Amino acid sequence: MRRISLALLIALFLPALAAGASKDTKLTLVAYSTPKDAYGQLISSFQKTGAGNGVTFSQSYGASGEQSRAVAAGLDADIVAFSLEPDITSLVQKKLVAKSWNKDKFHGMVTRSVVVFIVRDGNPKKIKTWNDLLKPGVQVITPNPFTSGGARWNVMAAYGGALRSGKTPKQAVDYLGKMWKHVVSQPTSAREGLVQFLAGRGDVFLAYENEAIFAQKKGQPVQFVIPKATILIENPIAVTSTSKHKTEANAFVKFLRTASAQKIFAQNGYRPVVASAAKGFNFPTRPQLFTIKYVGGWAKVEKKFFDPNTGVMAKIQGSGGG
Amino acid sequence: MIGKYVVRFASLGYLFGLLAAPLGYVFWRTFRHGLGPAWAAVTTPDAVHALKVTLILTAIAVPCNTIFGILAALSIVRYRFPGAGLFNAVVDLPLALSPVVVGLALLILYGRGGWLGGHGVVFALPGMVLATIFVSLPFVVREVVPVLREIGTEQEQAAATLGASTIQTFTRVTWPAIRWATAYGVVLTTARALGEFGAVSVVSGRLAGKTESLTLYVQDRYQSFDEVGAYASAVVLALIAVSTLLLMTMLKPKEETR
Amino acid sequence: MAARAAALPSPKARQSPWPGLAVGLSTLYLSVIVLLPLAALSWRAHGWNAITSAQAVSSLKLTLGVSVLVALVNAVAGTMIAWTLVRDRFVGQGFVNALVDLPFALPTIVAGLTLLALYGPKSPAGINVAFTRWAILLALLFVTLPFVVRTVQPVLLELDTEMEDAAASLGAGRLATFRRVILPNILPAILSGVALAFARAVGEFGSVVLISGNLPFKTEVVSVYVFGRIESGDAGGAAAASVVILTISFVVLLAIGGFRRWVTRHDR
Repeated sequence: MRRISLALLIALFLPALAAGASKDTKLTLVAYSTPKDAYGQLISSFQKTGAGNGVTFSQSYGASGEQSRAVAAGLDADIVAFSLEPDITSLVQKKLVAKSWNKDKFHGMVTRSVVVFIVRDGNPKKIKTWNDLLKPGVQVITPNPFTSGGARWNVMAAYGGALRSGKTPKQAVDYLGKMWKHVVSQPTSAREGLVQFLAGRGDVFLAYENEAIFAQKKGQPVQFVIPKATILIENPIAVTSTSKHKTEANAFVKFLRTASAQKIFAQNGYRPVVASAAKGFNFPTRPQLFTIKYVGGWAKVEKKFFDPNTGVMAKIQGSGGG
Repeated sequence: MIGKYVVRFASLGYLFGLLAAPLGYVFWRTFRHGLGPAWAAVTTPDAVHALKVTLILTAIAVPCNTIFGILAALSIVRYRFPGAGLFNAVVDLPLALSPVVVGLALLILYGRGGWLGGHGVVFALPGMVLATIFVSLPFVVREVVPVLREIGTEQEQAAATLGASTIQTFTRVTWPAIRWATAYGVVLTTARALGEFGAVSVVSGRLAGKTESLTLYVQDRYQSFDEVGAYASAVVLALIAVSTLLLMTMLKPKEETR
Repeated sequence: MAARAAALPSPKARQSPWPGLAVGLSTLYLSVIVLLPLAALSWRAHGWNAITSAQAVSSLKLTLGVSVLVALVNAVAGTMIAWTLVRDRFVGQGFVNALVDLPFALPTIVAGLTLLALYGPKSPAGINVAFTRWAILLALLFVTLPFVVRTVQPVLLELDTEMEDAAASLGAGRLATFRRVILPNILPAILSGVALAFARAVGEFGSVVLISGNLPFKTEVVSVYVFGRIESGDAGGAAAASVVILTISFVVLLAIGGFRRWVTRHDR
């Protein structure tokens, strides 16, 4: 008897606990795995502004592909901030994000970065170019391209790097296959990959520049090399069409593109989309930098490389790499 | 003669190397710099929320599974019904299933597009509650069934002939006989619910402060390079586990202890 | 009270709604909580290439192989520990007895973290098994420790030492006594414990996920593979893989149960 009443009591309390914070506006931010620290600071900063007064946030971070699928499967979100455009496009197809999400002067992007090689202190294996990854004995870590957004950037950077060095598309795909044989681990997310690398696994970790900077800030003994040919990473952000607080959500996204917010991103290692905010930070431009358009644009690339059954990566992975 | 010592030291060595040393080391690492940093790590808002979530999940799962456990045990042992054998086997299923599979099943059933799909179950607390109930389901049943079998129906029948109603028979005859087994089952259920990780990993949206249980929080801290945070929360969970262990030892059915 | 005691047994008792209610409620609860989700899972299982891919087969082989090894180690270690707890006497025995239940009480992720601390990259003892198959073995041994111990212990307690004394008086050495007198009696219990340990090992996730590195083809166990399939959006494939593991576990459990019944055939 007592147990029944206890259970009932708790069941009654639950909604109260959940509704507890309903006085303030609560926005849910679902993001990819790496920008947790950055958003923590940005949210505090936003809350000090007029538009952000009284707005609280619920945040979730995880591998970009996973998070996108979670939102599609029912995870309520007001703002989605993923690693790459396709993870938002899939939500547009499910009518969870409006078609017009990227029709602004930033094309829907909020931060930039580049793909780098994170290596051990001193770079003992002298890994500087994409060809160096094929040196015998070199162990590569890259996240799983089917769960992690960062991994897809890595693959396209490798492919594009091969093209830049004069290879034909077919040869570039061959290069990917050869490189993948050096991959010893494919963790689920970019952040997990960093954890593994720092725990001693592998010689080189293919990562976002901002993750490398993050690791250094946390006092980890790593250094990174930006290869001559690398891809410009652009991270999108959007307000969902199912959001119940579109005004506040849009205000937050607008805030993220102000110079002061972009400076906070820069301090966390992200290349800003607002040029003036980059002043004073060291974000070198590499001579053979290219964008996703150079390798065909995301729509084509998703189909050709990342289709779970017929994609190039599906074939390479399934054949027992590493 | 030597044989006895060999077995003893082999056993103790195995237990030490596998259980005691790792756990002791983590405790030492956590409190190496004193109580301060550890305490700060477990009193961050996210950590406190995570503990709350874990406690809520447990506070719902345990009473539900206890009531079910007693009803089910009575059904299996006392009330013959067609399919009782199958019922018994299904009750044991959660013990054999991988927690990831449990989470997946819930995701498929309650996610968008599922039979009961829709809103607010998966990636929210209700989904995590269902997962926790699922994995901690069998324990009370399994502890009460053997006791019910052992005591037999004589006393209950005697009470019935004396005119006692079903409820009176239960409260005055059956319950006193099964109460310690139930208590032990409750402790096992609680331990299992508190420690659940795999199933909630799949159905949680990992919303820090909302759907992040303490076990998920430990993983999150580890992956954010916050060793102190990871270890400190792990220690909190370990301390709860140790208290549960003490309760288990005290309440354990007599046949197993010396 | 006297009037009630004198009353005849009321036919009402037989028509009491309580049994029906108990059976009905508990069946409903069980169906909603356990059966319905599993039915949905089996329904959605498709995409059988998820289980025939090289990666899936590799994870299955690894999981089954390590689980068998774990079951065997537990059969030996668990029996030894049960022996030490029952037949031996030493200071702190009660503490050791309680310690055996720790893996039951400790969350799996904490188990993994503690093993990672002492036997991982930052190990003070210099032992680093992280990202290797030894790590999986270690984690699974940790979580399955209590099973064999707890099934063998009560049997050993009940065992009458008369037969052993008789054997000894007839000149049998300790090993022979163990083999012919004790072992046959505890074998069914060992087998029960082994079955439980095996079933648990096959499905284990939380303790393995941090320490093993989850390297496909090297240290990826089947529950992590299923998790990966879920994360990749291939719920159907994940479900298919789950159904396969369930079937294999079920078959193995039946086999062990059958073997156990064969072993005890003379007792019935």
